[in-house]
Amino acid sequence: MSTESIDADRTVDSRGATCPGPMMDLVGAIRDAEVGDVIELLSDAEQSTTDIPAWADESGNEVLAIDDAGDHYQIYVRKT
Amino acid sequence: MTHRIAIIGGGTGGVVLANNLAERLAPEIDAGEVAVSLFNDGEDHIYKPVWLYVAFGQREPADGRRPLAELVDDRVDLRIERVDDIDTEEKTLSAGGGTVGYDSLVIATGSQMDTESIDGLDEGGYHFYGESASTELRDELLSFTEGHLVLSVIGNPHMCPVAPLEFVMMADDWFRSRGLREDIDITYTYPIMRTHGNEHIAEWARPRLAERDIAVETMFNAEAIDPSDGMLTSMEGTELDYDLLVTIPPHTGSDLITQAGLGETGWVDVDSHTLEATEFDDVYAIGDAAAIGVPKAGSAAHYQANVVAKRLTSTVRDQQPTATYDGKTLCFVETGMDEATYVSFDYNNDPSPGRPSRTLHWSKLAYNESYWLTARGLL
Ligand SMILES: Cc1cc2nc3c(=O)[nH]c(=O)nc-3n(C[C@H](O)[C@H](O)[C@H](O)COP(=O)(O)OP(=O)(O)OC[C@H]3O[C@@H](n4cnc5c(N)ncnc54)[C@H](O)[C@@H]3O)c2cc1C
Repeated sequence: MSTESIDADRTVDSRGATCPGPMMDLVGAIRDAEVGDVIELLSDAEQSTTDIPAWADESGNEVLAIDDAGDHYQIYVRKT
Repeated sequence: MTHRIAIIGGGTGGVVLANNLAERLAPEIDAGEVAVSLFNDGEDHIYKPVWLYVAFGQREPADGRRPLAELVDDRVDLRIERVDDIDTEEKTLSAGGGTVGYDSLVIATGSQMDTESIDGLDEGGYHFYGESASTELRDELLSFTEGHLVLSVIGNPHMCPVAPLEFVMMADDWFRSRGLREDIDITYTYPIMRTHGNEHIAEWARPRLAERDIAVETMFNAEAIDPSDGMLTSMEGTELDYDLLVTIPPHTGSDLITQAGLGETGWVDVDSHTLEATEFDDVYAIGDAAAIGVPKAGSAAHYQANVVAKRLTSTVRDQQPTATYDGKTLCFVETGMDEATYVSFDYNNDPSPGRPSRTLHWSKLAYNESYWLTARGLL
């Protein structure tokens, strides 16, 4: 899915945070979100690109896209 | 013109900073060129690490309290008032019903617990992140003779990065020495795919937990607690039955930070080296309140306070501040009731925990006593 077509309900900016900061920020946002909400996570930690899909898989949430924006990643996760 | 330095929070970072400034800037303060004010919302300074020992009946909450007035240099204007608002444009604070101006502001407001964000947490879980919480846990631990003890790390970041590991290793030893361990199972849960956020500490911990027969559940983010059934459910779908649940609760920063618009979750974004707020002029944040990715530890707050004291001294003397923080953090790690190791790390060097020893355990207990000299700025 192209990230331009994804409408996030909330953006969580974790740029600058080291692991596991971005993942914990995402977990917190998913906890607060309604089922169906899409969270956009901004992270400049490379590890987020593997950790987040692994966690989404385990928790049954859905990674819609991971976009490399140059100096950071935009990771879109839908709460299921 | 007097340069007014205001510090909000009289915990580890705020007190070390106030005393350090009083010493460095004594001539300027005496001449009326600099004024240092320290605001705290209670009369006492609280040394929180004592609470871990309270849970095991080794200390009392009172051992971690001293009146600020006894710890803070007379050159500091100590104000026992809650700061209710900050206006970074006008450079003013609201406290005690009045408005106070500042030229330089340091935020050292620490962390607070947020036990309401998880269903059932308040009723179902114990913790050692507060005075009454740690005595309630102590009473519960004393009467716990069989069943399943679960330590669940829910909040992350949380104060003292190694406290959850310390807790389970101390509990293991404590129950063994009381002849109860065979009837008590211990499980440790952690939110990511390893036993600790720092991979070196995780690598060190994993075999030690296994050796002590402490079960581990990783990728476990608590979703709900059902106190009537003694059930903890994770967002990943794992269910754990417990008889005694001890948690590391979710943390937030001070409400003041959120309300004043300085940071969404109560932490202030600062440059990780200069500790200056990235979005506000003449504002620093140190200790737990600073969002820089280093652990929320008293040692980090202490080292950061020393850096900010040097930077502010340069500023009031019209010199370019050059002191910077290198990420240094040092934590003792209790690995039982009478042995410990320690971890020390910074932005460029990873922790490498050594072999636990009794000497290090006694060093930790000695540090707990000498802490009061650290707070006074004498050590
Ligand atoms: C059980 C436990 C064990 C720990 N063990 C260790 C350890 O072994 N090693 C280690 O390095 N660290 C340890 N820590 C962590 C350490 O205690 C904290 O990281 C440290 O206290 C942070 O210092 P601080 O100055 O940022 O905040 P604090 O010491 O929490 O001080 C903040 C102060 O600000 C005040 N305040 C807040 N808001 C306002 C306001 N609006 N107006 C006025 N005042 C306000 C608060 O009342 C408080 O006095 C432990 C913590 C706990 C809970």
